[in-house]
Amino acid sequence: MTKPSARIGVYICHCGTNIAGTINVAALREFAATLPGVIVARDYKYMCSDPGQELIKADIAQHGLERVVVAACSPHLHEHTFRTACEEAGLNPYLCHMVNIREHDSWVHSGEAATAKARDLLRAAVQRVAWNRPLERRSIPIRQSVLVVGGGIAGIHAALTLANAGKKVYLVEREPTIGGHMAMFDKTFPTLDCAACILTPKMTAVKDHPNITLWTYSEVIGVEGFVGDFKVRVRRKPRYVIEDLCVGCLECIEACVYKQPKFYDEFNQGLGKRKPIYIPFPQAVPQVVVIDPETCIEFKSGKCKKTCLEACGERQAIDFGQQETIETIEVGAIILATGYKAFDASRIPYYGYGVYPNVYTALEVERLINAAGPTGGELVLRDGRKPRSVGIVHCVGSRDEHTNRWCSRVCCMYSLKLAHLVKERTGAEVYNFYIDMRTPGKAFEEFYNRVAEEGVHFIRGKVADVYPAETDGRLILRAEDTLLGQVRKIPVDMVILATGLEPQADATEVRRLFNISCSSEGWFLERHPKLAPVNTFTDGIFLAGCCQGPKDIPDTVAQAGAAAAEAMQLLDTGSIELEPNTAYVLEEVCSGCKTCVGLCPYNAISFLPEKNVAQVNEALCKGCGTCVAACPSASIRQHLFEDEQIFEEVVGVLA
Amino acid sequence: MPEATAPVGQNQTAAFEPKIVAFFCNWCTYLAADLAGTSRLRYAPNVRVVRVMCSGRVDPQFVLEAFAQGADGVLIGGCHPNDCHYQEGNYKALRRYHLLRRMLEQMGVEPERFRLEWISASEGERLRQVVNEMVEQVRALGPFRKSEQFEPAEEAVAR
Ligand SMILES: Cc1cc2nc3c(=O)[nH]c(=O)nc-3n(C[C@H](O)[C@H](O)[C@H](O)COP(=O)(O)OP(=O)(O)OC[C@H]3O[C@@H](n4cnc5c(N)ncnc54)[C@H](O)[C@@H]3O)c2cc1C
Ligand code: SF4
Ligand code: SF4
Ligand code: FES
Repeated sequence: MTKPSARIGVYICHCGTNIAGTINVAALREFAATLPGVIVARDYKYMCSDPGQELIKADIAQHGLERVVVAACSPHLHEHTFRTACEEAGLNPYLCHMVNIREHDSWVHSGEAATAKARDLLRAAVQRVAWNRPLERRSIPIRQSVLVVGGGIAGIHAALTLANAGKKVYLVEREPTIGGHMAMFDKTFPTLDCAACILTPKMTAVKDHPNITLWTYSEVIGVEGFVGDFKVRVRRKPRYVIEDLCVGCLECIEACVYKQPKFYDEFNQGLGKRKPIYIPFPQAVPQVVVIDPETCIEFKSGKCKKTCLEACGERQAIDFGQQETIETIEVGAIILATGYKAFDASRIPYYGYGVYPNVYTALEVERLINAAGPTGGELVLRDGRKPRSVGIVHCVGSRDEHTNRWCSRVCCMYSLKLAHLVKERTGAEVYNFYIDMRTPGKAFEEFYNRVAEEGVHFIRGKVADVYPAETDGRLILRAEDTLLGQVRKIPVDMVILATGLEPQADATEVRRLFNISCSSEGWFLERHPKLAPVNTFTDGIFLAGCCQGPKDIPDTVAQAGAAAAEAMQLLDTGSIELEPNTAYVLEEVCSGCKTCVGLCPYNAISFLPEKNVAQVNEALCKGCGTCVAACPSASIRQHLFEDEQIFEEVVGVLA
Repeated sequence: MPEATAPVGQNQTAAFEPKIVAFFCNWCTYLAADLAGTSRLRYAPNVRVVRVMCSGRVDPQFVLEAFAQGADGVLIGGCHPNDCHYQEGNYKALRRYHLLRRMLEQMGVEPERFRLEWISASEGERLRQVVNEMVEQVRALGPFRKSEQFEPAEEAVAR
């Protein structure tokens, strides 16, 4: 191909002082004007502002510009802005190219070296843009349905918002019930309203909503496609009970051959027991029992009297032969709301969790004080005694370089909540050990003051260790009180560890399944921390709740609403335009070697035997360019990343 | 790591400033460089980034062309294994990298001059380390001078 000539306009952004404070923009503009093809070169304070964009538009009209180069911030931020500006002025948007002289230059370098680098990058861009060609975006319809993964308060709120707006929603929850962590709490800070009273109506609304298909005990196992058209496979694990036939009478549980509950009860953190046939908690949604094959005699030996089956009678809801099923759904958008996991307290040996029975985690205590919990809401120790003194240790597994560096944001507040509830229920002396008290939220500081006035003791200091007193076996909390400047040892009956929030154990697998990114800690990564907090880098996939980072219920609900709104906006657009950077085959050059055919991860390349050439299906191609790099005869090419364009950039930066 | 200030591409003698061409994938390493920017992490100004959608797009010819045009080093940056935005482009890049590296060695290109690194979108700090380290290594090697073996071999690959 011969080198094309084009009338090029170059625009250099000062970005206030972000760029101009480091790079000599006047010199850069003068340099740009000398480059072949450049008709106009300008610099301006804020290119992305309206007047900045107007500069480009006016020049396109006045000077008949055929190509536009904007040297400014990252294309991830403003490529769309400048392409649109060009389009509005009648220039094909793909004839516009951006040079990143802010993130990749002025913010990381200084002195003449920064300006020199900008010159190289600009030269490369001007040379490459000459090869850009007008491209058309493909438009595909967006499916009018949304998948929500995770049925905690985040997933519940997002699903209801969308369903109320008339969208079809699939809510997939891997546990037998929705509700997430919130369903475990008795009261919620800072208002102390009862968690069940505000949560269970929403859970029931999910179950009853005509626009929501709820699949509990289910997991997403495959995701294909892209924004507007995802194909998702969901595995529905067998619960050995037919959901449509079970009426939730719970007579089967009563009738089980195990007269007493005997097995580890996950929902109650092991503080209670359950039978092999069970329902996680009384208000579980759906009201359908589950059989645990690990503990059920029938599954273990095949020799059970199956009294549950008898009790179920003509309802015939119990099915020992139930198999898992795989459902395939098609959705336009996905909201991930997979929540968090509490820090495993046994990872900090000096707090004695798992060693001393009277050391509890906060979640365990949430269950103990829950009216529907294993003790009916009575706060008693494992031996049945009421504690007369309780120590609450803040920041367990948070703000510590040996465990997790981050602040889990909710532990100070829920520790205050627990302090209040413990005092209210038992009248015990309560000691809160904190590093810093973090109460930044509406009505949070007021709540702190209230709890302080109730007579809870606050000790500023990190607890060094917990050990039993030799005399009476009570537990001693040892900490340096940094306000008094002395070491204090406080004996208590019960220790509560305010464990922090961590990414789910399978966060990495889930993120790979959905092809999104994680921060280095493992929280799902938002597209932009300030401007796109619920979007991900994968179009059509949004985030809600603690899977994105620790937060309390008010923030979780707000974020879930935002994610629903983003998904709704997407669906309501009706169709979506796909980037045109796809691969294509030059049939006359293709040697028919088939090197490319097996390379494509999306099976977008097929071989036409009659013509002896390869062919790319544009609708399937995602534009990675892997096949392009592999073709030995340079006959697969890629729009927007043509060999010529990349070679020009290489030559350009080195000239 | 001291920041080099001498202009790139002007001198060969006194303070040698290596020129490194980097091919970064759009979804991980390019974003890592963006993050290094927003976090104001200072690093050596010797690298020039060419953006490609995936590390799998990097044709060995691009690398050879960079050396032929006077680059002192070439860095390819992609997503970590299993994290490629296009599922497996980075594996294709890795396979090509090994072949090309061997070939470059036969052509007299020291291994330090050609690197492939997995740097995710959240690893701005790692990007800085990799760039600084590579710049220092290449600086120690001195300017890349094409050996006699280099040109003909390049012809061979470039068909
Ligand atoms: C001890 C303790 C006390 C707290 N007290 C309060 C309080 O009083 N007030 C307050 O505002 N906040 C409180 N919080 C914080 C509160 O728990 C969170 O803000 C809230 O639960 C976040 O909701 P979520 O939906 O994001 O996550 P979660 O509640 O964790 O829900 C996530 C759901 O997704 C499901 N899931 C996970 N992975 C998958 C998958 N791969 N497929 C399908 N489903 C999946 C889970 O089973 C779960 O049902 C407390 C936290 C703790 C640890
Ligand atoms: S690799 Fe190139 S030459 Fe071989 S079949 Fe594919 S397009 Fe044709
Ligand atoms: S560019 Fe990538 S997605 Fe498109 S056909 Fe080639 S290998 Fe497949
Ligand atoms: S997209 Fe980063 S390596 Fe493929």
